[in-house]
Amino acid sequence: MLTIKNLHVSVEDKEILRGINLQVNAGEVHAIMGPNGSGKSTLANVLAGREDYEVTQGEVIFNGQDLLDMEVDERAHAGVFMAFQYPVEIPGVSMATFLKSAINAMRVVRGQEELGPAQMLKFIRERLRMLGMDESVLRRSLNEGFSGGEKKRNEMLQMALLEPTLAILDETDSGLDIDALRIVADAVNKLRSPERAFIIVTHYQRLLNYIVPDYVHVLYDGRIVRSGGKELALELEARGYDWIKEEVAAG
Amino acid sequence: MSDSMQTLEAHTRSEYKYGFTTDIETEVFPKGLNEDIIRRLSAKKEEPEWLLEFRLKAYRHWLTLKEPHWANVHYDPIDYQDIIYYASPKKKPKYNSLDEVDPELLRTFERLGIPLEEQKLLAGVAVDAVLDSVSVATTYKEKLAELGIIFCSFSEAVKEHPELVRKYLGTVVPYTDNFFAALNSAVFSDGSFVYIPKGVRCPMELSTYFRINAANTGQFERTLIVAEAGSYVSYLEGCTAPMRDENQLHAAVVELIAMDDAYIKYSTVQNWYPGDKDGKGGIYNFVTKRGLCAGKRSRISWTQVETGSAITWKYPSCILKGDDSIGEFYSVAVTNNRQQADTGTKMIHIGKNTRSTIVSKGISAGYSQNSYRGLVKIGKRATNAHNFSQCDSLLMGDKCGAHTFPYLEVENDTARVEHEATTSKIGEDQLFYLQQRGLSEEDAINMIVNGYCKEVFQELPMEFAAEAQKLLAISLEGSVG
Repeated sequence: MLTIKNLHVSVEDKEILRGINLQVNAGEVHAIMGPNGSGKSTLANVLAGREDYEVTQGEVIFNGQDLLDMEVDERAHAGVFMAFQYPVEIPGVSMATFLKSAINAMRVVRGQEELGPAQMLKFIRERLRMLGMDESVLRRSLNEGFSGGEKKRNEMLQMALLEPTLAILDETDSGLDIDALRIVADAVNKLRSPERAFIIVTHYQRLLNYIVPDYVHVLYDGRIVRSGGKELALELEARGYDWIKEEVAAG
Repeated sequence: MSDSMQTLEAHTRSEYKYGFTTDIETEVFPKGLNEDIIRRLSAKKEEPEWLLEFRLKAYRHWLTLKEPHWANVHYDPIDYQDIIYYASPKKKPKYNSLDEVDPELLRTFERLGIPLEEQKLLAGVAVDAVLDSVSVATTYKEKLAELGIIFCSFSEAVKEHPELVRKYLGTVVPYTDNFFAALNSAVFSDGSFVYIPKGVRCPMELSTYFRINAANTGQFERTLIVAEAGSYVSYLEGCTAPMRDENQLHAAVVELIAMDDAYIKYSTVQNWYPGDKDGKGGIYNFVTKRGLCAGKRSRISWTQVETGSAITWKYPSCILKGDDSIGEFYSVAVTNNRQQADTGTKMIHIGKNTRSTIVSKGISAGYSQNSYRGLVKIGKRATNAHNFSQCDSLLMGDKCGAHTFPYLEVENDTARVEHEATTSKIGEDQLFYLQQRGLSEEDAINMIVNGYCKEVFQELPMEFAAEAQKLLAISLEGSVG
């Protein structure tokens, strides 16, 4: 599904990613872990298409297409979803309006008919229930005045509604208490399917107590320095990141 | 400059979509202004002597005035002798049905996206269409007449209801008020007149579309709305003008009068030709709009969505004379390319317990300049007066300007005055977020801007709100590849 080859990325002439290689297949859950400043969020944002990140080398192929050549909305249409670390507030735009527009925009590019108001409400209600969310959220302005946990939960709602093929969670667990963490994990687990892949970017292992990854990669200093199964996450939890740093330093 | 800034720039490089002229035979006065022109105009319109006198007094006063230049706008001097002060369609129509209306004119309305047929079908909207100074079509008049409501062109009102016109004309905006009001009083060609009798709630939105057509024709509209005690009316005004190279002067005067417990809601969607992207052409919109809350508990509410004109100079105001009266001003002003807008309101608190609300949303794009200018004045007698003002500015791109000039004069200690102001840039983070959810750049910008304007749009009547959103999208859209 996703092939990243020798990806180099700079921000303001400073090289952040220095040769990332990664293969993600449909149905897999990959966790990208690493200490602060290792380039985890950069990787997530480059895949989603945020500007100000300059790709200096390498390529990213997503379902046969050159992902780096696509606009932000085109990537979304192709099935790439990013749950934001800091979802922005957009005053005056109701959740209902926003969700309706986004869902129908996706449907149109997928060659499906737009949903009418009644079907739309039914569909949104069903996903709200799935995530244990209250319908009153639809009347609020997009992320405005939402608590940290509400914002993250809202990201999960959008993920559930837009049905991506590749979902990237950018430190979705940061700043969440244990209950909110469970909600996020629960949403991901419900949406896991053989057609869908996840890249979960996280600093801490604790989210992986609830979402069991197929692969764990350790990102350090702009490179993936170690890959393994879920047990690698536990090792990091037990030993921290210092031993990784030492190993890299020892070359 | 970052990518999304370039995108924003591209977005805002839009072209005016209503640029075309209608081929209707026009009778035109020679250029220039003098007493003879005014006499000829008045004679043409078969006006009574008192109205001619009003015009001549206004003209003589105008000659003593200088064009005001305190607004934050810049333009080449206007040659008032190079303007045509009257133009009318030659075949003055009196129609019983739309079938009799010049099809060319109907097509004009269709191209504007406001087909009269549809308007007629749309329940509850009566249209008094003004094309180049003369009213050409009026609908629903009979139904309104049953309730004693008068809704007609200004010229017709002068003929049919001279006592009402004479009683109220110039009482809210006297011809001595300012340079442009004096000019309008001297040469106003036509406009609308509305009278709502005591206790009557006007059952439909009254609507007028203005349109400037003949080349080099100044448009001088005059609107007068009188709401008697306990009455209610919602009036909609929409304007478009075809593309012209020369700048065109528009100097309208609107007067509203609300008696005890009366409520006048006046909504404007203005998209006169703004000029091209280099600032060539476009309408000079110098308008004096003022409402008098004459009665107790009366209420006047102005809502405006201003997306057009090369220059806008406009301050719809309320004089809160009656005790417990309410004045409101909700405004969205969009400027793009080289447009300049200096707009706002004056809330003059005279009566006790008077309240006013000001919500102004400025959006600047391209190389435009957008200023809010507002005065809140609390008079000596105005005990317990309350004003709330909120003035927000949104910048799109980094070449435009937003300015706020709030003036405050308080002569009574019991007054409560609150003012909030914000300036923000349309966020690249917001755009990225919405696009990541599959919205196009254009849809993302529209969504953000509409959200920003929500407090004002929700004051507009339903069908107008939809049009306003569309207009906003048009003014900000561009050549996105």
